[in-house]
Amino acid sequence: MAAEAVGVSPRAARHGNITRIVTPTISVRKRLREIWLSRELLIYLVRTEIKVKYKNSVLGLVWSMVAPAMTLAIYFFVFQIVLGNHTPNFVIFLFAGLLLWNLFSLGVLTGTGVVVSNAGIVKKVSFPREILALAAVGSACVFFFFQSIVMVLFMIVLHSGPDWSYLPVLVLALITGIVLASAIAVLLSSVNVYLRDTQHLIEVILTAWFWACPIVYLYQEQIAKRLGPKGLTWVYFLNPMVPLILSFQRCIYAHPTTHAVVNGVYTTFYVLPEKGMGWYVGLDAAVLFLSLVLFLIALAVFGRLEGNFAEEL
Amino acid sequence: MSDFAVDVRNVSKRFRLAHGQYNTVKERIIHGGRRKATEDFWALSDVSLTVPEGQTVGILGRNGSGKSTLLKCICGVLQPTKGEVAVRGKLAGLLELGAGFQQDLSGRENIYLNGSLLGMSKREVDRAFDAIVDFSELEEFIDGPVKFYSSGMAVRLGFAVAVNVDPDVLVIDEVLAVGDERFQRKCLDRVKLFQREGRTILLVTHSADTVRSICDRGVVLSHGRLIAEGEPGEATRIFRERLMAEGAGMSIVDPAEVAVPVAPGTGAAALPDEERPVRFRSVHRVYSGDNSVAYMTTGDDLTIRVEFEALHPVPDVVFSLEFRDDYGNTILRTDTSIIGIQIAAPRGISVMHFGVVDMPMLDGSYSFALGIQSRDGILYDWMEQAGKFEVMNPGKATGMLRMNVHAALISTESDLDSALA
Repeated sequence: MAAEAVGVSPRAARHGNITRIVTPTISVRKRLREIWLSRELLIYLVRTEIKVKYKNSVLGLVWSMVAPAMTLAIYFFVFQIVLGNHTPNFVIFLFAGLLLWNLFSLGVLTGTGVVVSNAGIVKKVSFPREILALAAVGSACVFFFFQSIVMVLFMIVLHSGPDWSYLPVLVLALITGIVLASAIAVLLSSVNVYLRDTQHLIEVILTAWFWACPIVYLYQEQIAKRLGPKGLTWVYFLNPMVPLILSFQRCIYAHPTTHAVVNGVYTTFYVLPEKGMGWYVGLDAAVLFLSLVLFLIALAVFGRLEGNFAEEL
Repeated sequence: MSDFAVDVRNVSKRFRLAHGQYNTVKERIIHGGRRKATEDFWALSDVSLTVPEGQTVGILGRNGSGKSTLLKCICGVLQPTKGEVAVRGKLAGLLELGAGFQQDLSGRENIYLNGSLLGMSKREVDRAFDAIVDFSELEEFIDGPVKFYSSGMAVRLGFAVAVNVDPDVLVIDEVLAVGDERFQRKCLDRVKLFQREGRTILLVTHSADTVRSICDRGVVLSHGRLIAEGEPGEATRIFRERLMAEGAGMSIVDPAEVAVPVAPGTGAAALPDEERPVRFRSVHRVYSGDNSVAYMTTGDDLTIRVEFEALHPVPDVVFSLEFRDDYGNTILRTDTSIIGIQIAAPRGISVMHFGVVDMPMLDGSYSFALGIQSRDGILYDWMEQAGKFEVMNPGKATGMLRMNVHAALISTESDLDSALA
């Protein structure tokens, strides 16, 4: 009997002051706090997703490198060999842009469907559901990491060194990309519960979006030369991914302008804008700010829609 | 009340019932951007409930009464449309065992995943891991993928994780009804241990027995409203009463509607009309207790009044009676010949009755069958479902039958010691 009495009091002392209140809506600040408290769950979900994805495949995670390498090979073949783009180390240029783009598009694409595909948990277990969308972006980050390794190998083989001074800019752009992808994933994952078209729509949008980014073509040659004289480059920069991708290319490809001898002719390639680091940092910071605002909006929208998830799924 | 563990404050939950939802853009556009006319359905209306720390509360209600919705609101799986729920301490909800199990992952990996879904940190899972495996009895299979588990094994693992979350408030939704009997008992034992440890437990159940035997308090929900709350016995009584009032309230069987099957064991087909000289006309049953309610109480007397008609006088007719429980098990089979009376049926309509004194059955619904046959076993008429009745047990004991059980402490070790000295 005495042991039981002892069993009661520490319980009250330990958790007695933690009170959780379930209300019709949860404030954004509380949502952020709960996400933070569930960070371990986020890690488990990311780990689970990756494990499950490659559970029964012999090569496992190697596939996450093979698929982008294949894409890369195709783009390289088409642009450099078929279309005769002679930009030196074009592979590295392609890889720099694709790296960030793959992170972004994979995060957004899987994140959008994640609440619907995890209906079983969403309906039965209480946890901050935004975590699901964040986990999708998280696993995209893991793939990003593996692809980066491949890229480093490419850089070593091709003797193409990065511009180390731009590494902080790359990190800033990476963080910004993750925040932007998270914001869109959280927003669309909740909308997708009500409008299942979202999932299909986003695929189409992402395809278009890809071509609106300077990944397979040179920004300076194709965009700045054409839009610059008309003063319309700002239109191109309405795409928030543009400065982020340019930052990646600036750091990894390292040469805004390069030269090469093509068919016996000395040619200059204008790859990236000849701007200082401040220009990149300023643009990235602006996108980061907007992404953070969008993330908060996404949380608020998610919160509004979350209340009826269980009946819509 | 300051020492509440769970406080449900005027919670209402509305569901929009759309008859075929427009979930695609095309459909939305076609229908003018609006959703199809929806119908509001209040699964919960203004429910308030305060559960003090350490109490075990059973929530009773029919299907669709809002029990599960209430639990989901308490767990935070659903957000209430109005009102709020305050929970003090760590809450673990067993709305569905093994929800979120990844089929492709091993039991071990799923323990970690499920544990963190339920709000445990890695360190907490590490510490509880052996206890979880031990409780689930899955030592040999823990590194095999969950997809190869039987459903019972998955359930065991789910329950084992949930009870090892070390919750202050445990919310259980009918999950105790799964698994084999031994595991059910094990779960129930764990629930009882939780009670002794002063944890708060809320459980939804269909079983009045569970509420009566383990709960401190019962709550009855009906159509989203909390209609009663109080002592478990009282709550189960109200629940059953409500269940019956809403269910079929039959009392008279029209023999014309009753098929006449072959009596089990007689082997002979029912005779043609002209060879069935005695037939049932109607059956009434009367309780000794309060007849305004649709049930009888354990210990009441039951009278079955049988009206029958004879086409011509039959000197020796035997009436048989069978009581069955809900599962069709025969509780008693007897007839007037066994009872030792001889009935001669005169031509025309007559009435006989069976009387049962001091009904021993506890909670449950029962039915009885009636037969008329000749002394040498020729079946004249048979009513398979001659009547149904519900029995309500006012006491605390559970099971099938009331038995007079006494208990006393006879001797203690010190008695023996003093006897030996």
